[in-house]
Amino acid sequence: MSSVSSDDFRDSFFQECEELLEAMQDGFALMVSGAHEAETVHAVFRAVHSIKGGAGAFGFDALVAFAHHFETALDKLRSGDLEAGEETLMLFQRCGDHLADLVSAARDEAGGPLPGGEELREELDSLIGEQPQEEEGLPAFEPVVLDLDAMGEAQEGPGSISILFEPEADLFRSNNEPALLFRSLERLGRLEARADLSRVPLLEDLDPEQCHIQWQLGLETEESEGEIRAVFEFVEDACRLEISSLGAAGLEDGDLPSLEDLISVSPEASLLAETAPPPPAQTAEKTESATEKTSGGPPRGAATATIRVDLDRVDKLINLVGELVIKEAMLSQSIAQLELPSENEVSGGLESLKQLAGEIQEGVMAIRAQPVKPMFQRMARIVREAATATGKRVRLVTQGEHTEVDKTVIERLIDPLTHMIRNAVDHGLESPEARREAGKPEEGTVILSAAHRSGRVMIDISDDGGGINREKVRKIAESKGLVSPEADLSAVEIDNLLFLPGFSSKEQVSELSGRGVGLDVARSEVQTLGGRVSIASTPGEGTTFSISLPLTLAVMEGMVIEVAGQTMVVPITAIQESLQTRTAEIHSIGATGRVVANRERLVPIVDLGETFGLRRTPQNLDGHVLLMVETDSTTHCALIVDAIQDQRQVVIKSLETNYGHVHGVAAATILGDGRIALIIDPDSIIRDTVGAAGADLQLQLAR
Amino acid sequence: MSLKILAVDDSRTMRNLISAALGRAGFEVDLAEDGEDGLRRLADALPDVIITDINMPRLDGFGFIENVRKLYRDRIMPILVLTTESAPDLKARAREAGATGWIVKPFDEEKLIWAIERVAIPGGGT
Repeated sequence: MSSVSSDDFRDSFFQECEELLEAMQDGFALMVSGAHEAETVHAVFRAVHSIKGGAGAFGFDALVAFAHHFETALDKLRSGDLEAGEETLMLFQRCGDHLADLVSAARDEAGGPLPGGEELREELDSLIGEQPQEEEGLPAFEPVVLDLDAMGEAQEGPGSISILFEPEADLFRSNNEPALLFRSLERLGRLEARADLSRVPLLEDLDPEQCHIQWQLGLETEESEGEIRAVFEFVEDACRLEISSLGAAGLEDGDLPSLEDLISVSPEASLLAETAPPPPAQTAEKTESATEKTSGGPPRGAATATIRVDLDRVDKLINLVGELVIKEAMLSQSIAQLELPSENEVSGGLESLKQLAGEIQEGVMAIRAQPVKPMFQRMARIVREAATATGKRVRLVTQGEHTEVDKTVIERLIDPLTHMIRNAVDHGLESPEARREAGKPEEGTVILSAAHRSGRVMIDISDDGGGINREKVRKIAESKGLVSPEADLSAVEIDNLLFLPGFSSKEQVSELSGRGVGLDVARSEVQTLGGRVSIASTPGEGTTFSISLPLTLAVMEGMVIEVAGQTMVVPITAIQESLQTRTAEIHSIGATGRVVANRERLVPIVDLGETFGLRRTPQNLDGHVLLMVETDSTTHCALIVDAIQDQRQVVIKSLETNYGHVHGVAAATILGDGRIALIIDPDSIIRDTVGAAGADLQLQLAR
Repeated sequence: MSLKILAVDDSRTMRNLISAALGRAGFEVDLAEDGEDGLRRLADALPDVIITDINMPRLDGFGFIENVRKLYRDRIMPILVLTTESAPDLKARAREAGATGWIVKPFDEEKLIWAIERVAIPGGGT
């Protein structure tokens, strides 16, 4: 459509769309909470308006068309013709969702209207109670065309045209310049102009800012009247314009002065000269210094300045900083071995280097950190959709949306979070009737919050529903053979049954959160991010799912251990506690199985050395250490390790590119002394070695 | 000497498009994000032609035009409104504020340049 189609511009348009959509969602959220001001509505309007404007430039017609309808309705809200009632806001939010879909479709080059758009349009139209005008571009003042043709033969096309141009007195105020209009007309053909000075007042009465002149123009042209009118487009509301055809007959020569004559004598031309600004030299100087200031000066406006950087570059930098930290640690170790006097320059310098490296690392990590807000906004939509699908009324409250998390973590958290949000609406909240009976407001609340807590990110999904029906959960688990009917389970243990593979608490898989995917999948997705999920539920009051995540995927707090002469790292987040074997209560089960009694339960013992094929499990565990690891509240395991060396931050180096996925190994790292250590993945070890995820539960039942 | 244009638009996309189009046409372009920003730019350097959007935060197009006309009374500085709005009452308001012309988006490079050439007085403003 337009000659501008550079990919860069498109990218920048879509990036801006994201920001505008975010601003729009923010605005709606404010309106829903009732805390909005007039400016909120304006901002939402502008966001939709800007999307429409940009989309028009790129020819995304479906997007423009819908944005136009949406904008028209928002304009009514803006002008106060429309109340921001609950229904209206719901509709607007759905329209916002649709708009976001259209933007995505345009980005994916899948232009064209999307399903549901027509219905929304109709709803919008009926909301504002009128058929939107398709064409409102007609000028207020439609000049009357007088046919002054003496010969009586009106003619299209080539011929002589007579134009009467009678500007209003304030023409100059809008900086429209008749001489320029005439110049444009000259491009259409031979022009002759005659100024009518009869209305020019005496000098003492003359207001130099007013236009007192009228013109009678003669134009010989091949162009249509439309072309001529187009020249007067900007002044048509500020003048009387009469255009008439004189037929093919030529103008009488000498009847009208030439354009040049006219300009040179016309008072408004001298007006131009009079109002001519200060001496050019001064202006030039001023301009120059201004330009200088602009090019080197601070970013324009109050908006935060940003640059776009390839993610690859950032990741490379993160990797290099990781190396730097490792090298620094290696250097520290070598210097420590030199046994220098405690007060020496090298150690002092090294200490500041260490601090610097740490700061650089933090700074670089911060580049990848992004607020969870866009993700939360996506969840607002999920809640709306889920509410509609289940016929429930749900309000989503978000907290801590400026909490920053690694970009990759956010991206990979979307699926599990979506699932848990749907779960909260579908299974967590009761139906409006049930809520009324329970004396609760019909509208359920889901709170989605994010916060930094002791070096990790906590994301909580809370509903104020009926809480987990433990009796029912237990029955289902029993009927599916996931738990023995005799088992003595605590409330927490029952709650955690929800995470068992193959568990679905609704008898019928609902269309919404069912989809053949259980909470177990959501949980394992979180776990691959180094996160954990836990549940807390109070009958009648609601359920909270908590996701705890690392701040970044690039470094990790790990425990450095030794097994069969190998150094390995266990993620600290997986470790509950460590036990000395000689004080631990160890029982044998069967020929080879061994369990350890810990906190009222029997936990299977797994030897890391055997798991990795480094040795056979020693009979005598004396002198070894048991690391109690957990993947969630029901699955525990005790890992036999030979010694614990250290607890430290390690830089995670992925092995997958070169080795693919190795069971039991999450990644590798380089230790301070340059040795390479595997970072073990307790989850997969427990899965593979212990068998079913609920193994220790079964063991406990066997007791 | 090439024409100096100040384009005021809150949409980065529009600013990019305008800037590219005008640059190609050989104009010197300065950009501003809203009316207030526009007035700041004017304090630095006066252009030959101003192009402005209507719907903008802080100071909208109408307010911007009114201010320009008030602050720079003695200047010939044509102001073209570039907007998706086409309602007659808005046009009238813009004219009342002192706008020179009105161009309705979608953005059309040729239309924009033609409009500038129609209103610009080379060297007339400075």
